[in-house]
Amino acid sequence: MLIFECPYCGVMAEETELTAGGEAHVKRFGPGSSDEDFETYLFHRENPKGVHFERWRHANGCGKWFLAARCTNTLEVFGTYPAQTTRPPEPILEAIRAKRPGFQWRDLA
Amino acid sequence: MSTRLVSGGRLIDRTKPITFRFNGKRLKGHAGDTLASALLASDQMLVGRSFKYHRPRGIVASGAEEPNALVGLGEGARFEPNQRATTTELFEGLTAQSQNHWPSLDFDIGAVNTHFARFLTAGFYYKMFIHPRPLWKHVYEPFIRQSAGLGKAPDAETKDSDRYEHFYAFTDVLVIGGGVAGLQAALAAGRSGAKVMLIEQTAHLGGRAPVDGGTIDGQEPGAWVDQTLAALNAMPNVTIRARTMGAGIYDHGYVLGYERVADERPGTDGPRHRLWKIRAGRVITATGAIERPISFAGNDIPGVMLAGAVRDYVVNYGVSVGDRTVVVTNNDDAYRTAIVLAKAGLSVPCIIDARPLGGGALMEEAKALGIRVETGRGIAKVLGGKRVTGVVLCNMVGEGALVEEIACEAVAMSGGWSPVVHLWSHCGGKLTWDADQAAFRPDATRAPIGADGQANVLAAGAANGFGRLQNVLQDADVAGKMAAHALGFDAPKDAPPMGEDAAVKPLMPVWLMPQSAHYGLRMKAWLDYQNDVKVSDVQLAAREGYESVEHTKRYTTLGMATDQGKLSNINGLAILSDALGEPIPQVGTTTFRPPYTPISMGAIAGEARGEIFQPLRRTPMHGWHEAHGAEWEPVGHWRRPYCFPKAGEDKHAAVAREINATRQSIGMLDASTLGKIIVKGPDAGKFLDMLYTNMMSTLAPGKCRYGLMCNENGFLSDDGVVARIDEDTFLCHTTTGGADRIHAHMEDWLQCEWWDWKVYTANVTEQFAQIAVVGPNARKVLEKLGGMDVSKEALPFMTWADGTLGGIKARVYRISFSGELSYEIAVPANQGLALWEALIDAGAEFGITPYGTEALHVMRAEKGFIMIGDETDGTVIPQDLGLGWAISKKKADYLGKRAQERTHMTDPNRWQLVGLETVDGSVLPDGALAYASGKNANGQRNTQGRVTSTYHSPTLGRGIAMGLVLNGPDRMGEVLHFTNTEGEPIAAKIVSPVFYDPEGEKQNV
Ligand SMILES: [Zn+2]
Repeated sequence: MLIFECPYCGVMAEETELTAGGEAHVKRFGPGSSDEDFETYLFHRENPKGVHFERWRHANGCGKWFLAARCTNTLEVFGTYPAQTTRPPEPILEAIRAKRPGFQWRDLA
Repeated sequence: MSTRLVSGGRLIDRTKPITFRFNGKRLKGHAGDTLASALLASDQMLVGRSFKYHRPRGIVASGAEEPNALVGLGEGARFEPNQRATTTELFEGLTAQSQNHWPSLDFDIGAVNTHFARFLTAGFYYKMFIHPRPLWKHVYEPFIRQSAGLGKAPDAETKDSDRYEHFYAFTDVLVIGGGVAGLQAALAAGRSGAKVMLIEQTAHLGGRAPVDGGTIDGQEPGAWVDQTLAALNAMPNVTIRARTMGAGIYDHGYVLGYERVADERPGTDGPRHRLWKIRAGRVITATGAIERPISFAGNDIPGVMLAGAVRDYVVNYGVSVGDRTVVVTNNDDAYRTAIVLAKAGLSVPCIIDARPLGGGALMEEAKALGIRVETGRGIAKVLGGKRVTGVVLCNMVGEGALVEEIACEAVAMSGGWSPVVHLWSHCGGKLTWDADQAAFRPDATRAPIGADGQANVLAAGAANGFGRLQNVLQDADVAGKMAAHALGFDAPKDAPPMGEDAAVKPLMPVWLMPQSAHYGLRMKAWLDYQNDVKVSDVQLAAREGYESVEHTKRYTTLGMATDQGKLSNINGLAILSDALGEPIPQVGTTTFRPPYTPISMGAIAGEARGEIFQPLRRTPMHGWHEAHGAEWEPVGHWRRPYCFPKAGEDKHAAVAREINATRQSIGMLDASTLGKIIVKGPDAGKFLDMLYTNMMSTLAPGKCRYGLMCNENGFLSDDGVVARIDEDTFLCHTTTGGADRIHAHMEDWLQCEWWDWKVYTANVTEQFAQIAVVGPNARKVLEKLGGMDVSKEALPFMTWADGTLGGIKARVYRISFSGELSYEIAVPANQGLALWEALIDAGAEFGITPYGTEALHVMRAEKGFIMIGDETDGTVIPQDLGLGWAISKKKADYLGKRAQERTHMTDPNRWQLVGLETVDGSVLPDGALAYASGKNANGQRNTQGRVTSTYHSPTLGRGIAMGLVLNGPDRMGEVLHFTNTEGEPIAAKIVSPVFYDPEGEKQNV
């Protein structure tokens, strides 16, 4: 039963208020893309033991999707941020780097 | 014999006698007794039989760790198996039955298993089950079924007569355990100003300290407990709940509490159990410690008990477990038991201390009381069958040669104390091996982590590995202050209370007694009482190559019983590590899992049972359907009428009547459950072009279009009619039960991918009631209601119009899911019933017939219309269903388009939709497979198609079906062979899926 702060309405939301949406920052590949790119888009996920970026929806609340940076191992939450971005905001990355030197996630470091 | 002493018993009220029954026998106890203490007071030493060998078993412990004294409690609607006698508070009229015996507790036939013990060793089941199949069926299975399961399941037809509920609580600091450590931790946190909740699993606060003695701030521990409780109760920020167990700790400070509200008062008002869902900023586990048994031969004979428990029964309940009790120990604490017994006037023939030099101050005190102490000695074996008659004294070093026989009725054993680390471990807290105490204790540097990355669980007192009173109090005080401080509360700088108790000499780890016990002794030395696992079993597992503790656990079943190995874990682990020649910390522990002790199914269910198990969604016409005899079908969270049988009519006949009436004159359907989502904004058309496979942006206002939605994998996910309301606004119909899912799907793409598109969505499913008026006379009935032009010219097929009908504001869609002339009328939900009844009245002269979901399904199948969930199963693409016409070739992109270009999706051998007509007119079984020649790699018959929808068509007077068939559309007229559940072949011809009115003339009038 995780708790996340919804970055839209500010509620500290219990997991039962949320629905999980898998990995964040997945780039969509549509018609015209190569088989490799499309396969990556549909099926390849980081699934790390460690820092991860995830999609959550405040479904039983304000209804907004947001993104969270969380350690899948210790359950530490480094921050949440609105979903309208292709890259985690710098303050979130800084918070992670401070606690996890050498952290890497896809092309983020 | 065990008996009630003439005086003593701090928890019982001798002025309040209580009568109860055990195996039908009338027995007496006192208010304040547990069932266990009352049984012992009545000399009921034998309380059950063991699981595997059916060995006689007695009470071992005095609390939650009890492995043996499990009983069937109560009768009828209140019967519950596997209740621990040690945690069952006695009440007037209690009835209990012992378990695992046949025909009786005293004479048990299964006990012969014990003579075959050498064949029933570790891994017995695994070794036997590889034998031939016939043996399985005729030998093993009946044997296992006979002996499997602990206790008797309650009668399946009898409903639990009690009530249960869930509570939510939010607190800064949650303290689990109400012993002196828990109380001090709560006091320290409470004085800091934090909101504190303290839960204690038993009915009494104070824990072991009042039994174990010593002083706190110069007072008896009991007096300090009373004083501290009074102080806590006076603090408005502190809540204390007894009879509430910390069952589990989960992510981010989420804790489950299990409150036994009225177990000792059955039948009183209010709930029996309460499940607490607690969210705490910091959790302090002050869960104490559990004493370990010692592994010597016959350590399971009734009368062999934990030393601490023997002491508890004397001090708390005034119960003696035997006139003569031998104490056997590897530490100083057990001397307290000898001293308590001697002071109560009972005989302690001998204290057998495995340590060559014995103990410290407590040993001296015992000796001063005249008790004989044998150091460097052990018990070779216990004498007796259904109760202890004596012990064989031996040297600790050696194989167990007899030194002397000592007669006694009870043995009080102590192998040291293990901190209760279960809750600490539930959410990832790690342990460290404490060699001095030969126990695992919480490693504060590897604590469970909260959302902020800080440790959010703190262990305190005995649960943190402290034994001496002073250390316990100090540790608890620090834990309470740290927890409050971490949450921003300023802790007072006061000192913790002063605890004083006897200094102790170090413990000596004893995992087997005597040290080199021969096989005959080892196979009688029990580790896990409840699952009948012995020292020899674990040693055998190690010899057979089981090196991992997790594997050994499963192979031997050590620690897998309902007590989760509370007594056996460390002892078993030590035996395994010795056999493997590896240190204990390297072998590690098995995983601790919640709940700490079993909790009732009722508490888990809470109020969610019967009608409110799942909330029911009702359409505005639900009551009308109910009053008119609807047969219900669950659809999503709704109940929809399956059909409306008339008196004397079965469901089959009702469905046929409803279809015939609709096709010949007029029917009506409550279609309110259909999903309705408004999509609005300048980019709404562009957005829907991405969501649907066909083009929606070109739809003219006032028109309707059937659309298909796919996911990014290309698979068909939903379908429905889209109506364009105006330039900026669309209304999307979804399948019943699909509205929430599709609305979430829309929001996902809008918020996370195309967040710059100007579109809003709103799920208005419940804002509108919707009624389908269907059949050749539909227009006449609407015209009778009057108010708007519903003619073919004004409202052609696949258009919609706003207006009024019979004075009710309505939006009327000319769409058809039946192939007939059909109007779907949406009105504000609160007008739904009024319109429904107006239609019933107006249609009476045409025999208007309400129909249900089955008629709906049959009529759509007669027309070859697909149904999401019948023709689709998450692996079907629109192209499989002959729906290529609904896929835009012009659009550059839509969800699923790229996936539908993948090689597997364009494979010409994908099964495709066809109609199926049985040669004999019968109805094909749903899901039936069509044979093909040959066999696949698994030796199974090849298949070439399957049935997706199948009905009896009253219109055609025969069975009709749809199915997906290899190259189906190219094989019209070919006969396939299906099979029914009996394996009989059924021949069916491939035909067009449109069975009725293929030209579509009837709906377009
Ligand atoms: Zn929110």
